[in-house]
Amino acid sequence: MITVAKELAPHKKTIGIFSFFKENYTIIGFSSWFLVSLCSFFSLKEHNYPGTYFLIWSSLFFSFFLFLLPFLKFTHNNRIIKFVFLHIRWFAVLGFIIFFWEMVTAYAKLLPLPFFPSPQAVLNIYLTDFFRLSESVLSSLLILVPGFLLGSFLGFFVGAAIGWSKEIHYWLHPVIRFAGPLPAIAWLPIALFIFPTIYTASVFLVVISTAFPVAILTASGVSAVETGYYDVARTLGGSPYFLLRHIALPSALPQVFVGLFMGLGASFAVLIVAEMVGAKAGLGWYMEWAQGWGAYANLYAVLCLMSVLFSTLISILFKVRNHVLNWQNDGVKW
Amino acid sequence: MVTLPLSSQNTSPHGRSIQIRNVSHFYEHSSGHLTVLKNVSFDVAQGEIIALLGPSGCGKSTLLRLISGLETPTGGKIGVDGVRINGPSPDRLIVLQDSYLLPWRTIKQNVALGFEARNLPIDHGQIDHVLDMVGLLSFSGSYPRQLSGGMAQRATLARALVNNPDILLLDEPFGKLDSLTRMSIQNDFLKLSQSRTLTTLLVTHDVEEALLLASRIIVFTPRPAQIVDDFVINLTEPRHRDNRDFVALRHNILEALGHVF
Ligand SMILES: Nc1ncnc2c1ncn2[C@@H]1O[C@H](COP(=O)(O)OP(=O)(O)OP(=O)(O)O)[C@@H](O)[C@H]1O
Ligand SMILES: [Mg+2]
Repeated sequence: MITVAKELAPHKKTIGIFSFFKENYTIIGFSSWFLVSLCSFFSLKEHNYPGTYFLIWSSLFFSFFLFLLPFLKFTHNNRIIKFVFLHIRWFAVLGFIIFFWEMVTAYAKLLPLPFFPSPQAVLNIYLTDFFRLSESVLSSLLILVPGFLLGSFLGFFVGAAIGWSKEIHYWLHPVIRFAGPLPAIAWLPIALFIFPTIYTASVFLVVISTAFPVAILTASGVSAVETGYYDVARTLGGSPYFLLRHIALPSALPQVFVGLFMGLGASFAVLIVAEMVGAKAGLGWYMEWAQGWGAYANLYAVLCLMSVLFSTLISILFKVRNHVLNWQNDGVKW
Repeated sequence: MVTLPLSSQNTSPHGRSIQIRNVSHFYEHSSGHLTVLKNVSFDVAQGEIIALLGPSGCGKSTLLRLISGLETPTGGKIGVDGVRINGPSPDRLIVLQDSYLLPWRTIKQNVALGFEARNLPIDHGQIDHVLDMVGLLSFSGSYPRQLSGGMAQRATLARALVNNPDILLLDEPFGKLDSLTRMSIQNDFLKLSQSRTLTTLLVTHDVEEALLLASRIIVFTPRPAQIVDDFVINLTEPRHRDNRDFVALRHNILEALGHVF
């Protein structure tokens, strides 16, 4: 007997609210953002500061932008339009989330106030404390970028040496085995008295939090190369240097990037904690400072800023990886 | 496919003789020694094409690795032109059973590996010529993962041929090809080895392939491999599968193999 496979049957249409939502997403997005704008407008009496004006106008603009989106698709089908279209349901829901947030904080006052500020209050921080925030970003990047680059190079060369040479492996592997699992932040007290400034100490912490995972993964990548590849290169007349440079290191690269991602994540953590504890500048310091003043709106503002900044840095690393490993063209997408 | 000769500027006489004297080899296993070759002796004259036949796992690949110099025999001697070999050399190239194309290099870059390994200028004309011969010219910009198993084997062959070796050690190089491509490559290979007197050792499971290509066929016992028989093939050229002598020889060889099963 032949039975029609279930998969062959046409997909059931999503019903009810979901299908309505899917088909009318631009209208829904328009209404949610329009609600946000309206709501902010009526909150002006209590919240009369730049953040509120900014929220009114930007959400109004965005709501009309969504309204016009189906038409803009025909006239200006550029990257931004495509991006918004692709994530349209998210944008629509985001409007409702902010609307809900406003209702709960600015209107109903359901949440205890200093701890849960309204969206306009958080936005206001970006407008009024712009200078201090950008200074903090800059200061954090000045630790993160050099530390990460230095740690990457150090980890890569040490890892390659461990993976390549039995002798070096013998001596360094135990060191990495025991020191590697230590969270980088545990070095903080020692770093603080070894290094002359808090800046160099923080850079050092970022260096080790990057170098360890990169070294471990580079080493395992190099030593995991199938001997068949070496055999081929050896019969073709390749020197040991050629084998290292053209077989071992390139084939370890996917692993190296795994290490770089781990290192970058660990660097964020160590950076923020180091800045919270010792520094006089940077995003971690800003959080500490805001908390000390009970300035919770600043806290949320810097939290959002951090998530944007860090995910941008990870995106950049993904771009680099996809460029370097373009022969793979699969793997995790960011 | 394009006809050969491969390289016109190459005037030195090609192909070298190989001497295999009492070669034995064992591998260390957890349960002790695994003897793979036992007192194997034979000579290969310059320009000969020798096919090595034997049951799976008997030690044919091992023998090729020993001649290539990738491994040193635990007993006996291997020489080329009467000189004992000492490690691998680019004029004695092995084409392994698995292709081992570098996945981050395009096919063309993979074929260029030999030039780079020896710090020679990359001969693009020669590379294209060889890629054309194996039918992969239009794939020179592709990556290995975009190739089928048979195409990867052909690319591996091209990677060796482009270096103009004197001795070619082939480990089932046509194993994954369909019969038409296989015949075409076999033809090209014949022309190639005649035009520039390559000395070739060819491991194969295909008795007909051996009979079509080889000037001698050596049959091995199961592991540890020992020589059962050594057939000199003097068939009228061009060889043909339906030729009576061909059929008779095939019978004899299958019998030689059959005795040992
Ligand atoms: N590197 C190695 N270490 C240990 N044992 C090995 C190694 N290489 C091969 N052997 C063993 O040696 C024996 C012969 O292997 P070999 O690859 O030479 O066989 P073969 O004749 O080429 O077989 P096939 O026709 O299936 O390719 C096998 O039993 C295998 O297990
Ligand atoms: Mg084999």
